[in-house]
Amino acid sequence: MVTINRAGPVEPHGGSTAGRRPSGRLPWMLVLPALLGLAFLVLPLAGLLVRAPWPTLLERLTEPHVLEALRLSLLCATIATAVCLLLGVPLAWLLARVDFPGRRLVRALVTVPLVLPPVVGGVALLLVLGRRGLIGHSLEASFGITLPFTTVGVIVAEAFVAMPFLVISVEGALRAADQRFEEAAATLGASRWTVFRRVTLPMVMPGVAAGAVLCWARALGEFGATITFAGNFPGTTRTMPLAVYLALETEPEAAIVLSLVLLAVSVVILAGLRDRWVSTP
Amino acid sequence: MAFRRLSRWAVVLPALLALGLTGCGSGEPAGAGVTEVTVFAAASLTGTFTELGKIFEAAHPGTTVRFGFGSSATLAQQIVQGAPADVFAAASPATMKTVTDASLASTPTTFARNRLQIAVPADDPAGVDDLKDLTDPKVKVALCAEQVPCGAAAVKALDAAGLEVTPVTLEQDVKATLTKVELGEVDAALVYTTDVIASGGRVRGIAFPEAGQAINDYPIATLAPAPAGDLARRFVDLVLSQQGRDVLTEAGFEAP
Repeated sequence: MVTINRAGPVEPHGGSTAGRRPSGRLPWMLVLPALLGLAFLVLPLAGLLVRAPWPTLLERLTEPHVLEALRLSLLCATIATAVCLLLGVPLAWLLARVDFPGRRLVRALVTVPLVLPPVVGGVALLLVLGRRGLIGHSLEASFGITLPFTTVGVIVAEAFVAMPFLVISVEGALRAADQRFEEAAATLGASRWTVFRRVTLPMVMPGVAAGAVLCWARALGEFGATITFAGNFPGTTRTMPLAVYLALETEPEAAIVLSLVLLAVSVVILAGLRDRWVSTP
Repeated sequence: MAFRRLSRWAVVLPALLALGLTGCGSGEPAGAGVTEVTVFAAASLTGTFTELGKIFEAAHPGTTVRFGFGSSATLAQQIVQGAPADVFAAASPATMKTVTDASLASTPTTFARNRLQIAVPADDPAGVDDLKDLTDPKVKVALCAEQVPCGAAAVKALDAAGLEVTPVTLEQDVKATLTKVELGEVDAALVYTTDVIASGGRVRGIAFPEAGQAINDYPIATLAPAPAGDLARRFVDLVLSQQGRDVLTEAGFEAP
């Protein structure tokens, strides 16, 4: 039986000793751009806060359609993340640990949903999984299943767009992990599956967690592929970003409120998770 | 107004840089002043206005017409937020009102009208013949969301017919609604006559009498701080001229 110290494997070059960090003055060459970067990311949020209709905020928040869209968003993003974990972690393992012809091409293909404009991704999904799509056609003919315009369709669209974030993050962690532990386990007689389960996975857990968080956040904000593939109907497919977009057509203030809700919920959840999973003491 | 100036620069600066980098300025005649007119127009005008833009450029050598096509409501918001446009052509009086309320536009003129049709895939899998067929729960229907002009018109038409339709989706604009029909994902949708014609046979249009009670007016106006003031007026004149009307009628619009 092999156990791994969660503080991380010993670095091959014997670089860092735990607990010792460089001290002295912070270099302004790093701090200045860091603060600029932070301001750049946070200022638009401040813009939303300034323009938010605070007096009517509460009554807008408790409107049933807002809660409905929020519930749908959280549900779909979470299930989509679970789907991405189930399929994406093995895919990342395949890319990082198995040498097969065309691996570089496959790695490039994995990032396609990142590059594809989400609306195009949605059309592509329709062409494959739609009622007249390559696979969707037989799905409907044999099982009577149609994905577009259903909540499952939302999950499919979100998983499609978000999975690359997970795969890339987990693959990076796998490549950075020290393979000698896996080799040691294998020499001791562990099968490849056991090695993966007992050695590899615990070792790259922080990478998996970080990837899952990214994946969830991307799924939560997904708009283009969702509205194209799954449509837009309250209660079944209208997630928060779709509600925000529609509100923007008539009531920009309502759109700001909805965006704030989505932001607040995601920030709270992500901040909570980061401390629990991703932090390295 | 500082914001307006800033956003103007945000557009101009990269453009200047691009010109400098490629070193091929578009041969602006010295001292001729403004040679570019920016037109924001509803997505349903994409085909006709692109054609009118070419006619305009041919009639005014050395000028360029730049277009921003999109949802009327989004365009109206962008204009109110300071987008540098000279002309605004909207798909509904309500969206134009957003701009006139902010005192940013001249008095709008209605230049075209658009009527709804039922669009079905070319092979009409659900056998839709009239508006009543859309109430059948087995028929999948796409409508525009009520917040956008085509959705408001759809609600009006269905109300006039006294019918209740449960769509599977409420799309964010008429082109998205049409796409769902073109791909065969829905059996029917309510879109504009012009969209049916523009799809070039991929969908079939069915006219229905209640559409007469939900006709959409398209207003056009020059925008108050139009940097290309005179050119802007001349573009609007072209749209309102007989030549402009011919282009619009051919695409399925009706004369106001």
